[in-house]
Amino acid sequence: MMTLFDIPATSPNWLQVLWLILVAVLWIGFFFLEGFDFGVGMLVPFLGKNDRERRLVMNTIGPHWDGNEVWLLTAGGAMFAAFPGWYATLFSGLYLPLFLVLLGLIIRGIAIEYRSKQADPAWRKVWDWLMAIGSFIPALVFGVGFANFLKGLPVSMSSDMANLNGQAMSPFGIDVPVFSGTFWRLFMPFCLIGGLLLVSLFLTHGAFFVALKTSGEMHSRAQRYGSVLGVVAIVLALVFVIWGNTAYHLEGQLPALRIVAWITGIVSVLALAFAWYMNSLHRDGWAFIGTALATVMLVVMFFAHFYPSLGFNNASNTGVPIDLTTASSSQNTLVIMSWVALFMVPIVLAYTVWSYFFVFRRRLSVNNMPVDVDVAV
Amino acid sequence: MNPDTMARWQFGITTVYHFLFVPLTIGMSVLVAVLQSVWAKTGNEAYLRLTKFFGKLFLINFAMGVVTGIVQEFQFGMNWSEYSRFVGDIFGAPLALEALIAFFLESTFLGIWIFGWDRLSKGVHLATIWLAAAGTFISSIFIIAANSWMQNPVGAVYDADQGRAELQDFGAVLTNSTFWTQWPHTIVASFVTSGAFLAAIAFYMLVKKNKQGGHPDEVVAYKKGVKFGAWVLIIAGIGTVITGDLLGKEMVTVQPTKMAAAENLTQTIDDPAKVGFQIFPGVEVFPGFLNFLYGTENIQSLPQLEDQFKAEGFMQFDRATGEPMAGTTLQAAGTDGFKDTLDAAVKDGSVTIDTAPDVGVSFWSFRLMIAVGMLAVLGGIYLLIATRGSHIPNPNPWTTCVAIVLPLLPLIANSFGWILTEMGRQPWIVNGVLPTAYAVSPSVTTGTVIFSTIVYTLVYAVLAVIEVKLLLKYIKLGLPQKVETSTADEGQPLSFAY
Repeated sequence: MMTLFDIPATSPNWLQVLWLILVAVLWIGFFFLEGFDFGVGMLVPFLGKNDRERRLVMNTIGPHWDGNEVWLLTAGGAMFAAFPGWYATLFSGLYLPLFLVLLGLIIRGIAIEYRSKQADPAWRKVWDWLMAIGSFIPALVFGVGFANFLKGLPVSMSSDMANLNGQAMSPFGIDVPVFSGTFWRLFMPFCLIGGLLLVSLFLTHGAFFVALKTSGEMHSRAQRYGSVLGVVAIVLALVFVIWGNTAYHLEGQLPALRIVAWITGIVSVLALAFAWYMNSLHRDGWAFIGTALATVMLVVMFFAHFYPSLGFNNASNTGVPIDLTTASSSQNTLVIMSWVALFMVPIVLAYTVWSYFFVFRRRLSVNNMPVDVDVAV
Repeated sequence: MNPDTMARWQFGITTVYHFLFVPLTIGMSVLVAVLQSVWAKTGNEAYLRLTKFFGKLFLINFAMGVVTGIVQEFQFGMNWSEYSRFVGDIFGAPLALEALIAFFLESTFLGIWIFGWDRLSKGVHLATIWLAAAGTFISSIFIIAANSWMQNPVGAVYDADQGRAELQDFGAVLTNSTFWTQWPHTIVASFVTSGAFLAAIAFYMLVKKNKQGGHPDEVVAYKKGVKFGAWVLIIAGIGTVITGDLLGKEMVTVQPTKMAAAENLTQTIDDPAKVGFQIFPGVEVFPGFLNFLYGTENIQSLPQLEDQFKAEGFMQFDRATGEPMAGTTLQAAGTDGFKDTLDAAVKDGSVTIDTAPDVGVSFWSFRLMIAVGMLAVLGGIYLLIATRGSHIPNPNPWTTCVAIVLPLLPLIANSFGWILTEMGRQPWIVNGVLPTAYAVSPSVTTGTVIFSTIVYTLVYAVLAVIEVKLLLKYIKLGLPQKVETSTADEGQPLSFAY
């Protein structure tokens, strides 16, 4: 039998570490930016009491939502390119959760683009709710998913797995690491808390974003929503950070990274508390920075757990060699990608900043929303 | 059912559907940018109104391309994990770079363009649509480079230790001769698609408004739209013939079985110089036409090619010299590699691989692509004739028929083009290297793939109905009234809002 991993287990080289960090950066960008997108999406039917208000909420992310979603595509692409073994085992293993994410992203994208293209109240109501559902599902699934990675996804070699499709699992005798858990086992209590944490964190982040981007009645309403949602997020974050860092340590995690995970986890909770307090002082900018920092720190905490196991429960006794070293691409590929990233990431950041801070700096109010005569207000 | 059969159906359905929107996005982004540039340069209101009218239709279409595109990137890992593991070292990079270099550019600047009418100076705002168009172009480069690598896997070696293909020469991937024939063909086809879309819609409105006694400015603007779109369609149509010929010549060397199937060469050929073009299977016209198209040494029948594969293994050969082709290191493989395992398994009979693609599908998709595409070009010529000088036809069933059918023709031709490209590559997912059947995810059940395929199909069907309904609504609304583009006050409604 041929095996994929004859190469001796070596410690990761610096390029592999760099790309794990870059993948983390892309997930940070995604959760930070699309995080408030998801929150705004979930809040549309609740924050908006009439059509023009719901429209106002949706338009706070109008020019940005598509660009924000590209962070996910880039993160997926970077995992594919830099760690094909990770991408292959993870994406095939978490088939149904990812399928749910895709459906959510499809309906919310269409909801944003199409909801105001018909002046029919029933049409708009349906899309507003699809926007909320389509934002809720990915937020929940990503939270459940990352909590599972922190615990360690069960994997085994394909030759040891049951014959799922009635034919050889390992064509040509090539033996590959595959996910060996089940869909429902992904929703253990700890992981459900992870899901709810991400939902509440994004709701708070989204509420503070709406507060930051609007004026008038909507502005103060978003602050009130953020205040309530923030408390839920703080409690869940505290439970999750303590539980996760106490109970779970994956194979090979460095002691230094355990400390990093604790520190970033605690900072995440503190940042949330800071955001909540700033919101109560009506300091919208600081409140938003607080939830942003909490999101960033939470992702760093996750990735501190993923080194070098990539979130797989590959204890040496199970004999499933999938980790940072074995899942990675060749040096050649990593070098080329590094050069491109070195030049392109600053450019992308520059025009993203230009879009947010220069072009669309202004707060929006209900008065900025077009009036549709045939939609009952 | 084999697991790979259902995974292939899912890829086929989602990809053909996704590619209904992609060529329109590629072409329309440029055409809208051109219309806006003409307005910026001449100040002619007609072009601004056309920009806004077609810009809106472009965005309705763009949204569908975006949401169906995410499925594409995730699908490789979800359904084709062993493909991803085998080729990720080469194939992953173009996808990552596409997102990093193209998608950010496209989505960010399109967002700014949509909402920026009253917030940016005329020049900067014009630049944003050109940057978005540049994004769609760069995106097409990366994704076609990735696909071309599957057709002709250059610049890679087999790593027996890792059991996968590895990048050896990134330059070779970007200078892949298949890429440089397939990409231009895709781009000109995108302009056929968007030219037909623009011309047919403008024609429909022109005929209607002219009959209803619409404002002369409006009629003039629509007429400009018809001519612009029709010329783009015709010129790009000629482009598809030229690039298509080059692509055929390329395929006959890198994928002889694809072209043998596409030309229905299922019988042993006595005299390659006399083989004609088959209009229907077995009905030959123009003796020697294939010789004219591909060159005598490249005309080989499927049985001949199969014998060659059995004798020599799955490798590309230069037909003239009989030597292995340059840049096929991966297909040639080493002494203890995956390919030798595969070759040995085929020789000892433990694995059977039918090296011929489906002849019926290849043959008919090839012909339908050409016929339907050329019909679209004829449609463009008709539009120019019908609107020559001061002529404007009265609305009648024929003009309505042209307006409805013409935009659909390139979509059909594009779909058949991809069906030929992908079905003709079978049984390989990476030509001559990795059989499709061994690329599927071992941990995903066929039932799961059937379930997700059904859901995607239903969701996509509903979205198609909604999209067409919205397109028709916004077409019928017609050109926007003369629009003020001065900077809006704080309290004013936005010039555009979702």
